[in-house]
Amino acid sequence: MSFVKNALFCFLLIMLSSVCAEDELEIVIDKGIENSLPIAVLPFGWSQAGNLPPIDMMAIIANDLARSGRFAPMSEADMPQKPTQMQQVNFKDWRLLGMENLLMGNIRLNADGNYDIEFRLIDVYKGKQLSGFRIPATAAQLRRTAHQISDIVFEKLTGIRGAFNTRIAYITVRRLEERKKLYSLQIADADGYNPQILLESPEPLLSPAWSPDGSRLAYVSFESRNSAIYIQDVLSGKREKVASNPGINSAPAWSPDGSRLALTLSKGGDPEIFVLHLSSGTLQQITRNRAIDTEPSWSPDGKKLAFTSDRGGGPQIYEIKLQDKRPTRLTFDGVYNARPRYSPDGKSLVMIHGENKRYRIAILDLAGGYLNVLTESRLDESPSFSPNGSMIMYATTVYRGTELAAVSADGSVHQRLALQEGEVREPAWGPFPRQ
Amino acid sequence: MTVKHVFAGLLICLLSACSSTPDKSSSATVEDKGATTSSNDDSQSSSTDSGVKTYGTDGDSATSITALDDPQSPLAVRTIYFEFDSSEIQPQFRDTIEAHAALLIANPNVILSLEGHADERGSREYNLALGERRSQTIKRQMVLLGVSSSQIRTTSYGEERPISEEHDEFAWSQNRRVEIIY
Repeated sequence: MSFVKNALFCFLLIMLSSVCAEDELEIVIDKGIENSLPIAVLPFGWSQAGNLPPIDMMAIIANDLARSGRFAPMSEADMPQKPTQMQQVNFKDWRLLGMENLLMGNIRLNADGNYDIEFRLIDVYKGKQLSGFRIPATAAQLRRTAHQISDIVFEKLTGIRGAFNTRIAYITVRRLEERKKLYSLQIADADGYNPQILLESPEPLLSPAWSPDGSRLAYVSFESRNSAIYIQDVLSGKREKVASNPGINSAPAWSPDGSRLALTLSKGGDPEIFVLHLSSGTLQQITRNRAIDTEPSWSPDGKKLAFTSDRGGGPQIYEIKLQDKRPTRLTFDGVYNARPRYSPDGKSLVMIHGENKRYRIAILDLAGGYLNVLTESRLDESPSFSPNGSMIMYATTVYRGTELAAVSADGSVHQRLALQEGEVREPAWGPFPRQ
Repeated sequence: MTVKHVFAGLLICLLSACSSTPDKSSSATVEDKGATTSSNDDSQSSSTDSGVKTYGTDGDSATSITALDDPQSPLAVRTIYFEFDSSEIQPQFRDTIEAHAALLIANPNVILSLEGHADERGSREYNLALGERRSQTIKRQMVLLGVSSSQIRTTSYGEERPISEEHDEFAWSQNRRVEIIY
């Protein structure tokens, strides 16, 4: 009894301390799109010449734009000049190099010790400013400010809302000694920086899922020797156990309005999908079939759930309308299709596609019914869309362990997020920040 | 600094709260049963006789619980393996399942845990369900053989607790399993 109490107490302490992890995810770009847009992200000016600037804005923004696959930032060594003001720009030189866009800016130290970041996005051919802002920031907000600038540039030049100023959640596993492991639930910026630990446990953790407003995470924990679903507040670390029935309690997925959680329970004998109404605690059974039914994902309109079922033999993707609870099979290519996730526009589903003993990430176009395989590895899993639908993060198992990778939704750009130690798995890309 | 201490605290208290080594706990549980039978649990029928020894000596008809420690006994097999994405019992494991079922029938106080596992391929949540179905299949078979369903607990860890951490066919064949834990 007192052991259990102690254990709970320790858990709480760990959660509240929200320690900064030493390891950071590092992004490696494997290959890029051929027709990516040229842009020169110039070194930002800095008001305190002589001292080092507090942040390398240019590097963060250029890295963001490059990993989207839609931009080819010029290397600093190739730049004919490094202006920090519009009037210093020699447009003729840049046009000769075929450079279409320039991003320049300045960082100023305030009287109160904070910073003012101003930037301008310039169309070289028209010789005019496309966008320009001044953003105040504290030292701690500087990286976020850089991602906000990346978002503005991305949206201005592609017409798509940027998703650089977002966060990801994921699970890490570290081997401590013979047969003992330490699992942790972490969140980080979408580029892998600023990792923070939300929970650590000697027993498996899995399936992190963001609430639509980004304030809470649902996940599965085995800390009480059986699977149970918890919801944890990201800021305070406070958490609540929402499902711990006999059998499995797993695969939590938030409804788009945040009021319900779809989940898988096997308390009736075999895994079925239920919807839990969070305010009342009411459970509503959605599937009724003796096969495995699991891994629900809500359509963006909240009217349907896509899920994995092996009712036809092997695992395939089905869709069920909540109103009439009639399932329709969606996948027919390949012997193994599992863990669907709707794209933010609801027009496609990303999933694990298994064929010829390879498990890769594939996208199903719901209108056309065709499947596009995006990755080329052997053991890929847990695909998650960026909130703007332009990229997919997933976990891939290679000889050194499991790590995170990302691919553009059209399959043209691949990148790897490598962690120095241990395993990183089950990425869940968080929502857009609230504006 | 303090964080490290808390951390160590967490590990110690959680690991001791729920011991995770099946072998040790298995023999401990079974022996405890015998001990309580003879010492303080007087409601049990066997306690009027020779206590622990009853299990060991009543020979031919009932399966002896001490056979659990005999490496030659079919009861020494504590892992049932499966084919990929399958929860069907393969013929070579029928004897093992029958032996464990007989032991449970002969010893209605003994409780068994069936822990289902899957290999790493495919999705984690589907594998959790698959591990569950594997343990349920063994349970159903034992109940058909006459075991009381209240004597069997099932859990699934899916692909989260592999025996082998390698990523090849042999490792996967080792990881697709149900562990029988006393």
